[in-house]
Amino acid sequence: MKEILLLLLSTALVNNVVLIKFLGLCPVMGVSKSTDSALGMGMATTFVLTLASAASWMLDNWLLQPLGLGYLRILTFILVIASVVQFTEMFVRKRSPALYQSLGIYLPLITTNCAVLGVALLNVEQQFGLFKSLLYGFGSALGFTLVLLIFAGLRERIALAQVPAAFTGAPIAFITISLLALAFMGFSGLNV
Amino acid sequence: MRLTRLLKPFSGRDWGIHPDDHKRPAADAPLRVMPLPARLYLPVQQHLGGAARPTVVVGQKVRKGERIADAQGMVSAPIHAPTSGTVVAVTDITAPHPSGLSLPAIVIEADGDDVWGTLSPCPRPFELAPQTISERVYAAGIVGMGGAAFPAAVKLDGAARARVDTLVINGGECEPYLSCDDRQMRDFADEVVEGIRLMLRATGATSALVGIEDNKPEAIAAMRTAAAGHDCVRIRPVPARYPMGSEKQLVQVLTGVEVPAEGLPADIGVVVHNVGTARAVRAAVVEGKPLVSRLVTLNGNCMNAPGNVEVRLGTLAEDVIAFAGGLKGDGLGLARRVLGGPMMGLQVPHWRVPVVKGTSGILALDADEAAARQSHPCIRCGRCVQACPMGLLPLEMSARIRNDALTDAVDLGLKDCIACGCCAYVCPSRIPLVQYFVHAKGELSRQDRNRLRNEATKRLAQQRTDRLAREAREKAEAAARRRAEREAKAAAKTDTATAGESA
Amino acid sequence: MLAAVSSLALLGAALGLLLGAASRWLRVEGNPIVDELTDMMPGSNCGQCGFPGCGKAAEAIIDGTAPPTCCPPGGKPLAAAIAAKLGLTLDLTTVADEGPKVAVVAEELCIGCCRCSKVCPTDAIIGAAKQIHNVMRDACTGCSNCIEKCPTDALAMRPTPITLQHWVMPKPALHYRGMPCA
Repeated sequence: MKEILLLLLSTALVNNVVLIKFLGLCPVMGVSKSTDSALGMGMATTFVLTLASAASWMLDNWLLQPLGLGYLRILTFILVIASVVQFTEMFVRKRSPALYQSLGIYLPLITTNCAVLGVALLNVEQQFGLFKSLLYGFGSALGFTLVLLIFAGLRERIALAQVPAAFTGAPIAFITISLLALAFMGFSGLNV
Repeated sequence: MRLTRLLKPFSGRDWGIHPDDHKRPAADAPLRVMPLPARLYLPVQQHLGGAARPTVVVGQKVRKGERIADAQGMVSAPIHAPTSGTVVAVTDITAPHPSGLSLPAIVIEADGDDVWGTLSPCPRPFELAPQTISERVYAAGIVGMGGAAFPAAVKLDGAARARVDTLVINGGECEPYLSCDDRQMRDFADEVVEGIRLMLRATGATSALVGIEDNKPEAIAAMRTAAAGHDCVRIRPVPARYPMGSEKQLVQVLTGVEVPAEGLPADIGVVVHNVGTARAVRAAVVEGKPLVSRLVTLNGNCMNAPGNVEVRLGTLAEDVIAFAGGLKGDGLGLARRVLGGPMMGLQVPHWRVPVVKGTSGILALDADEAAARQSHPCIRCGRCVQACPMGLLPLEMSARIRNDALTDAVDLGLKDCIACGCCAYVCPSRIPLVQYFVHAKGELSRQDRNRLRNEATKRLAQQRTDRLAREAREKAEAAARRRAEREAKAAAKTDTATAGESA
Repeated sequence: MLAAVSSLALLGAALGLLLGAASRWLRVEGNPIVDELTDMMPGSNCGQCGFPGCGKAAEAIIDGTAPPTCCPPGGKPLAAAIAAKLGLTLDLTTVADEGPKVAVVAEELCIGCCRCSKVCPTDAIIGAAKQIHNVMRDACTGCSNCIEKCPTDALAMRPTPITLQHWVMPKPALHYRGMPCA
């Protein structure tokens, strides 16, 4: 139990995918204008990341490694991820048309979210078991959602503030997220 | 004991502000009665609600107190001729309104006789039925004299329906510079108390609490003397603090019960009227006189002789000023013209604006008093939050309104804002907070109007499509019928032909 | 080589089948957001946007072929509402919104030809043949369909006058000394 918690904590906070590993920055900058769409994006990514990390573990351990096809790893992983994303897209479109509209191009772009492929590849590299891979994927996704939500909340506040003209838009967003990254660096000193 | 009860509802929260009240020496100067001006300009809209509809024609002779415009709609009030004379025009005049737009006004040229028309006085007013009292108040065109100008009879009826038990009389007069209510209570305390007792009868309330700020000791003394012997009218001094005269604050201080958000005092069994309204009610019920004049405070550093003046409704502000001694240096150094109080009054572009039922003051402010304000970005000091008497977050609301997120501002309680101006007064960045809130409220009601209009348009468009479809169908049916008739006729012809042949 | 090709082919086929089944299960009939958007539009089908009716305009806005600002009767408030609905960012300062307008008949020019009343989407124009027509101000949406139909140029669009009841306090202008702020 303690190990599970530790793994979740370390993936979500200490080794946060966005702010420590700098993976998946594209949706963090793109879908963080409002907390609602940030939450939707976070949940979609969580679903994809968790499922994709489990599926890619199974592919790697049951198909690629026995057949010695390690060089096909990236190709097959992308194939699996794309399918999961496609499924998610259909699901979101059916269940929440407004969210589908507001996520727009960023929903299919989860396919190329480097956090998803990155986590799958890191799983292989660290030679986790199936359950740990699942947890690793889920923890990373939690961290991703957390950062996305916090950042969207900050940006909503910044939208209300009177920012000097030279800093409006992207510049103040970059300054904000860099300060957020500094804050997350503090977790590396966490004594568990 | 009384003091702790007064402070209890607000313990721990220091709302409102303590501006320099500038009330004296104007409040101490004896009341002057302004003689009749040559012309009176009576706007058809002097109250909240529907505009009145003129019932006189140009050239018609009117007598003092004669009705010249009828109330229109549920919330409205009639208008009466303030003197005898001739209606010379119905023309547009600059409205006492911040927009500076104009509105139609009935212009009466005084004949100098100033004779009342037939009045119907009532020697024993306390034997009248409550309904009759409010009918007389309605017919007299009385509106709230504190400034909001809500028709008084509508409020009396509403209070009777809501079965209120307490009548709160607002003698707070918390706006700086103004002293007309103070003067009213000092000089006409007996009439005010009689009016209060009549209103008690009209509303069915059992007791009246008269809240008077403790910076008016003379008024408190006069009212205490007048109310002695009437147990139902109790005089309650309240601490001087702006906006003590706002009805929700006064009700909370006097009764200890808070008016619910987006609610009315009637929700907690209270109704609030102004002292000036009380006196006007007495005049209407006892003497049968409609509302044709009011007390107006003239004040401000640019005014030669500050004081209170009894003015006929419809008198132009420039005539009042000329009577009361004019402006210092003929208006040199005048920075702002205000009708009403400096906090919630209306800034007007010039003095050719008539005194209406809700005009409590005419202020000529110099540059020091007007303090032209250059605003700066918000520094989040939170002083506006502390000052807000309604417990709102002015800085958060204004930031949302600046970004056009009006619904977010409504979620923060925009609709409870009373536009008292405390937040803007204390703001060190001098942000025009009240203007943001007034703008947002106007914008929201415009959006509501547009929505209703859109729905009506949709209905009309649908009706048109239905009509076109119906017409097309009827045309087709008529054509089919004609064809059938033609065929039947042709068939009949061939039938007879064949019958003839066979015969 | 054979193993690689066949395993990838198998994998692709399996995932394709799964997705195919999912797309049947999760089929979306029409586009529900189109209906929501159509409800927000003025609904007079006046055609000023260049589309035949509000429903088609809503579809075009969702497809991205028309901007949310394409509806003149809706003006700025509608554009803002649509943008909020679709999660678009919109620069409303570029929207030309001259305020509401209504058609007005010049009585001395009207010949009573009835051509204008036939095209009015809300039946706001009243009048019979050889009678002077009039526009009911409350029903006119300001679509200006009738203007070009008039043979004598008797119809003109006039801004609706601002009255005390309709006046809205302007938003405070931002003027700061020193650093310009957005």
